[in-house]
Amino acid sequence: MPIPYSEKVIEHFKNPRNVGRLEDYDAKATEGSPACGDMVTLYLKVDEETKTIKDIKFESYGCASNIATGSIITELAKGKTLDEARKISWKAAAEELGGLPAVKVHCSVLAVDTLRAAIRNYEEKHGLVEDREPTTVEVVEKRLRHVMNPLTGLDIVKTHVVKKTDVNNGVITVWVDLSRDHQFANNIEQEIRERLEPLWDVAEVRVIFNDDEEE
Amino acid sequence: MQNEIIYMDNAATTRVDPAVVEAMLPFFTEKYAVASSQFSHSPGIEVREALDAARVTIAQALGAAKPEEVIFTSGETESNNWALKGMARAFRGKKNHLIISKIESRSVLDTAQALEKEGVRVTYLDVDGEGFVDLDQLRESITDDTFLVSIQHANEEVGTIQDIDAIAAIVKERGVAFHTDASHTFTKVPLNLAETPADLVTITAHLIHGPKGIGALYVREGTPIAKWMHGGFMEFNMRGGVENVPGAVGFAKAVEMTSATQVEYISSLRDRLIDGLLARIPKTELNGPRYRRLPGNVNVSFHYAEGESTLLHLDMMGIAVVTGSACFSRSLEPSYVLMAMGKTHELAHGSIRYSLSRYNTVEEVDRVIEATAEVIETLRRISPLGKDEK
Repeated sequence: MPIPYSEKVIEHFKNPRNVGRLEDYDAKATEGSPACGDMVTLYLKVDEETKTIKDIKFESYGCASNIATGSIITELAKGKTLDEARKISWKAAAEELGGLPAVKVHCSVLAVDTLRAAIRNYEEKHGLVEDREPTTVEVVEKRLRHVMNPLTGLDIVKTHVVKKTDVNNGVITVWVDLSRDHQFANNIEQEIRERLEPLWDVAEVRVIFNDDEEE
Repeated sequence: MQNEIIYMDNAATTRVDPAVVEAMLPFFTEKYAVASSQFSHSPGIEVREALDAARVTIAQALGAAKPEEVIFTSGETESNNWALKGMARAFRGKKNHLIISKIESRSVLDTAQALEKEGVRVTYLDVDGEGFVDLDQLRESITDDTFLVSIQHANEEVGTIQDIDAIAAIVKERGVAFHTDASHTFTKVPLNLAETPADLVTITAHLIHGPKGIGALYVREGTPIAKWMHGGFMEFNMRGGVENVPGAVGFAKAVEMTSATQVEYISSLRDRLIDGLLARIPKTELNGPRYRRLPGNVNVSFHYAEGESTLLHLDMMGIAVVTGSACFSRSLEPSYVLMAMGKTHELAHGSIRYSLSRYNTVEEVDRVIEATAEVIETLRRISPLGKDEK
């Protein structure tokens, strides 16, 4: 075997559970990017009364540990309440899988992050976030650190693709150091919107490219 | 290795030809004297003769003027280390500039970086989208301070065969020494040192069904390279140490077992595999050139399917290949060769290299095409990418 995976990792890699999309999902989240080599999209169907996860599906582009972690974490989360599901840690997933190689931690953490992001997404949409902190430039930048620059596989804040951000009266403006015709312009804009639009006090997200005319 | 395994990692190493093993065996248990004991006893003379004969065979295959220009080493890594460090040492205090390409093997790249730390100035030449070295940049980079240009004959990862005659001509016109790592082309891609003016050439046995642990550095007469291994007068006073006679005999036998017909056969398998993969699997790209490509090299990128997962599925189906994906490398960096060629990270993550030898068959190639198609379909089904485009 090229990489010493446990039997259970291999089993989940070969036959991943809960793979696919949910058409009528209540919440969805994507973490990672093709450029960084791993990407997970996760869909949730939540019972509004009990706040339990009725259905969960995931899709993965990534290595075996990424696929196996996505599979095990959806199994663990199904039927749990959102609060319980949020507490599923990478360690718990790794233990359930009979261990993961240390070098593979970053690939498998992604699935855990995606589940948490999807739960957060649901809570924000349904006004369930209790600690309603006002959105600041810091909050915006923290979220943008999850948007990858597909050219380098590194996040767009670290690689200075984001030139500046501004939060004013519920309007977030993000200045991006790319031109409109850049091959990943649409992709990056869409990801920025997905990260920022669910914020509770945000009415509008503007993404400004180098060649955009500003009002 | 089990018979049912389809081994397509022949650019990493090859199966030793049974005829090679047979040729080597007497030199372990019967003719085991030290070759440099020729002045002391007859067993030594017998072994010496075998070593000399092996050297002649290899020298002839290279088109070397004299057998003494072939110095046995432990293989590609050692030969490349010696070529670069030996020349740097010979020119220390006189010339201080080395030129290599960005897609050299690790043993050239790492050695160049080690020399850089010792104060040598190194230029890393760019390559184009197919892996060909920029000849204009080479011309412009050579200065009066340049002591060596080292550019591989072909790249083991993407198969690009450089225009070695054009490169050698540019370098020699400026009176600079030229080294080429021909480990992956020796006996497969024509290189005749009677015509191509390379001064130093790396070759190795284990990539042509010979044993591991033996290779050679061709050193053209008059090349001012420094002695490599101290500890005796062996190998024309260039590399001390007891000679690896079984290895040298095996190397020569491996050379004798090669033929132009085999190269044609391997090339036909390569073309069948490339054509089959591209036709059978949509959104697949060939990395490296379609022509001027190593006979056994196939390197493709599959969109929306990550390389380590592809490799693992193929491995479970009994097919041995490698990937340029970061997830497969210890450094978690994608293939530096594909990056130098300007490929995206995504394409590097989805790259798979199949490398063929004369032991592969048409039937294996066809099975690998089908198996790969099946794996890519499975991975794309669970991938969040690519679906909206369909």
